[in-house]
Amino acid sequence: MTAAVPKVAVWKFASCDGCQLSLLDCEDELLAVAGAVELAHFLEASSATVAGPYDLSIVEGSVSTASDIERIAHIREESNVLISIGACATAGGIQALRNFADVGEYVSVVYARPDYIETLSTSTPISDHVAVDYELRGCPVNKSQLLHVISSFLLGRRPRLPSSSVCVECKARGTTCVMVAHGTACLGPVTHAGCGAICPAFDRGCYGCYGPADTVSTTAFVQLLRSLPVSDRAIERVFRTFNANAPGFRDIPGSEHAAVGSPRATS
Amino acid sequence: MSNRPLVMAAHDLGALFGVLADDGYEVLGPTVHDGAIVIEAITQPSQLPRGWGDAQEPGSYRLVERGDGAYFGFAAPAGTWKRHLFEPRAVLWRSRRDGDGVVFEPGEHVRRRRAFLGIRGCDLAAIAVQDRVFCGSPAKSGSGSPRRSADPVYGAKREGILFIGINCSDPASTCFCTSMGTGPAIGERADLSLTELDPALPDQHRFLVHATTDRGRAIAARMNLAVATDRDLASATAVRDGAIASMGRSMDTEDLPARLREAAEDPRWDDVARRCLSCGNCTMACPTCFCADVSDQPDVAAGVDERVREWASCFQLDHSYLHGGSVRVSTKARYRQWMTHKLSTWWDQFGVSGCVGCGRCITFCPVGIDITEEVRAIRASKSVPLEEGTAETGEKGHSR
Ligand code: SF4
Ligand code: SF4
Ligand code: SF4
Ligand code: SF4
Repeated sequence: MTAAVPKVAVWKFASCDGCQLSLLDCEDELLAVAGAVELAHFLEASSATVAGPYDLSIVEGSVSTASDIERIAHIREESNVLISIGACATAGGIQALRNFADVGEYVSVVYARPDYIETLSTSTPISDHVAVDYELRGCPVNKSQLLHVISSFLLGRRPRLPSSSVCVECKARGTTCVMVAHGTACLGPVTHAGCGAICPAFDRGCYGCYGPADTVSTTAFVQLLRSLPVSDRAIERVFRTFNANAPGFRDIPGSEHAAVGSPRATS
Repeated sequence: MSNRPLVMAAHDLGALFGVLADDGYEVLGPTVHDGAIVIEAITQPSQLPRGWGDAQEPGSYRLVERGDGAYFGFAAPAGTWKRHLFEPRAVLWRSRRDGDGVVFEPGEHVRRRRAFLGIRGCDLAAIAVQDRVFCGSPAKSGSGSPRRSADPVYGAKREGILFIGINCSDPASTCFCTSMGTGPAIGERADLSLTELDPALPDQHRFLVHATTDRGRAIAARMNLAVATDRDLASATAVRDGAIASMGRSMDTEDLPARLREAAEDPRWDDVARRCLSCGNCTMACPTCFCADVSDQPDVAAGVDERVREWASCFQLDHSYLHGGSVRVSTKARYRQWMTHKLSTWWDQFGVSGCVGCGRCITFCPVGIDITEEVRAIRASKSVPLEEGTAETGEKGHSR
């Protein structure tokens, strides 16, 4: 840490602000954290800003415009540690559905004055553009994980985040597997842990909010879904959500809609 | 009192709960929750899965109505006893800021008198395996506590458990305890062992009760049970023989540790790797798997730091993380690690098999990978033998 009181900045790119709200949602804990840091830039909390450099930058949102590319490069230069938070920042978000389609067509259908819109043809994660120290998955992020990362930063430690599939959290929670015991389709086996396996505990399959697990095996999993049975059209839909662009989710065997622009290697 | 088995009418199960409650036992036993049989704290017979059986297949578990009044007419429960001994999350210790200093406190390891009611042969064997893992020694037969509590967290949970076992009557298609020598009969491995007789005949429905320890005998004595007749004994033998005859699966364990050691490069590992999701469900469902991750969880606001132990799996990428990266980066390497540990290197490490044949990994694998089938395939295949010496160093075993 460069200063006695670390300077922390929170940045927004293409996103819904939900992850920043998770941070605000920490309330009491945030007050304790706020006492330990200087919140130099956090527009959701205060319009007053302090210029860089920053000890820690927390980045929400995906890169979807040409100016985003310049802005994230500048933030990286100004930041000692950079953490990207949420499915938008770590995978491209729901807006990365454009990666599988023609963005020009989308713009012409959605906006009254398409000529006002200046956008890239893809939505991509922060790590496609600059080096990222830690990625916090989820749509939105889990607030206790967020606090863990910030607390670890304050203590000068490496954060310890779960790296298993959701199934490991699900079994640890004591939930009976909805896929094995009820035949409900569940993305748990291919999804990164972090949420605490909430959905299966409420008798629903996992929606994959935390994106692909480190060990994702898409081909074997798609075979399993087909056997349940789940139609190919439905299989494509379950993968095409907040983490549609993430390696492991983006290339679905048998899908006709391939991703355009593959800045990251696929697994 | 002679050691002749006794009989207890099925409607006297409530009296058994009463005696256990009077002695201050918290009873853990099978109960239906969310369409499956799990192990939870229960206080009366009505909470038992009466009339329920199970249909277990690779990748599938369903409750089925038996059409009789059996309390224990199912096989290995979906839930494990493991989570009540080796808990999914345990605080090992905690440090707290105190003025200018730091105080260290142990985690809370509440000691309770507990009775495990309705535990089966495979699961008793699994606890004996975990005793070796956590305490360095098998418990004395029956109720005994481990001799030495190397792991105080596990030891506090494990101490003084009263085992009331059940001899299985209805193995699942996934069960293979006969191959592993762990069931279906529990012999003298519980304080009290029960065999459920004639559950379809309400006026005959009863349990053969075999008390094999002083604690077990003391409990049985307070229930004023009749001595079993020859007919009762014959019925119990028929239940056991029926269970053995209907065992769903088998595994040839002859020379298996060596056979797997030699099969490190078997093409079958590539085959299973194409099916395996690396999800870790098999390890979580397995009653002997003991891996955990230890981390520090700071709470800056409270000035408290907890050192926490949580379940982990060899199917996680970071489970084999050494400086600079993970050793087992492929699904092939991870599945091979899991299965060879269970069936081969567990012997080197703990002097027993890491598999007790409960079949949970088969049932709870979402894609239905079957450890007995994988063993059969490897036995059948002409493995490429390792080059001289490499099996010993494990060098090839670490290949990706
Ligand atoms: S319910 Fe879903 S997350 Fe839980 S173990 Fe089953 S497949 Fe995995
Ligand atoms: S493996 Fe054996 S002891 Fe275990 S549930 Fe099946 S039949 Fe019973
Ligand atoms: S490896 Fe499978 S069959 Fe063997 S004890 Fe574990 S869960 Fe049961
Ligand atoms: S064997 Fe089955 S349960 Fe185990 S990791 Fe592979 S897919 Fe998951």
